[in-house]
Amino acid sequence: MQEFSVVGPLVGGVLIGIASAMMMYFNGRIAGISGIFEGVIKPASGDFVWRAAFVGGIVGGGLLMLFMTPESFADVSGRPVYLAGLAGLLVGIGTRIGSGCTSGHGVCGVSRMAPRSLVATGTFMATGILTVWLVGGVAQ
Amino acid sequence: MNQQQNFNIASFLSGLLFGVGLVISGMTQPAKVVGFLDLFGNWDPSLIFVMGGGVVTYGLLFKLIMQRPGPLFAVKFTVPTRRDMDSPLIVGSALFGIGWGLGGFCPGPALTSLTTLSPNVLVFLVMMSVGMYAADHVKSLIFRTAPA
Repeated sequence: MQEFSVVGPLVGGVLIGIASAMMMYFNGRIAGISGIFEGVIKPASGDFVWRAAFVGGIVGGGLLMLFMTPESFADVSGRPVYLAGLAGLLVGIGTRIGSGCTSGHGVCGVSRMAPRSLVATGTFMATGILTVWLVGGVAQ
Repeated sequence: MNQQQNFNIASFLSGLLFGVGLVISGMTQPAKVVGFLDLFGNWDPSLIFVMGGGVVTYGLLFKLIMQRPGPLFAVKFTVPTRRDMDSPLIVGSALFGIGWGLGGFCPGPALTSLTTLSPNVLVFLVMMSVGMYAADHVKSLIFRTAPA
């Protein structure tokens, strides 16, 4: 096991939980990032602006932190671009066929004990672990 | 201000806090994510605390919110109610996990890293969008049904 951190991940996780709860409290919606993002790139009438606002918020939050703590962003430029492309393609296809990603299934669904989200989260964790075990050296 | 504007502003603020949380949590460092998935190697358990913190916080707040008659800026709560298992759920999640393990990015952290303008992040996001457009066709190819 390598050295690990607790405070940053815990504080970040709590903020993610609060942000997701805000979405439910104010708008009655699940904060599922892949689903909301899909609605931005495939706009449907009347449903585009709030989705774009949410995605814009995520991008803006990243920009804010880029100014404050640039070291929080890893330099990934040394990694092969074809792997980033393949990874993105699989994430795009997989999250839509599987109806969710780490936010909608992993955080929102698991905390509601939604059976479909528990199965989805168990599945993407398992194939993620398997993938790193098989090709981890290449990806890094 | 009307209800729809409130809805949009609340979406923006929720996204903003989500983005800040993702960066503080370490999810914008793919090596941390891959380290977490490297269960059989040099395992880095940090991200357990991200998921744990998110799940416990949302779980508690969700219970409280559900005691209210409805959300502030919409007519009703829109919560998924499906409980059945189907193959697309498993196959899709399995493909997502492979992509997650390969790149160390899931959709949120990739979007949060957009303004670094790193070519790898941009390529990831473009290909993720391509994948979302292709998903219906891939689904119909795998399950031999007509595309939605």
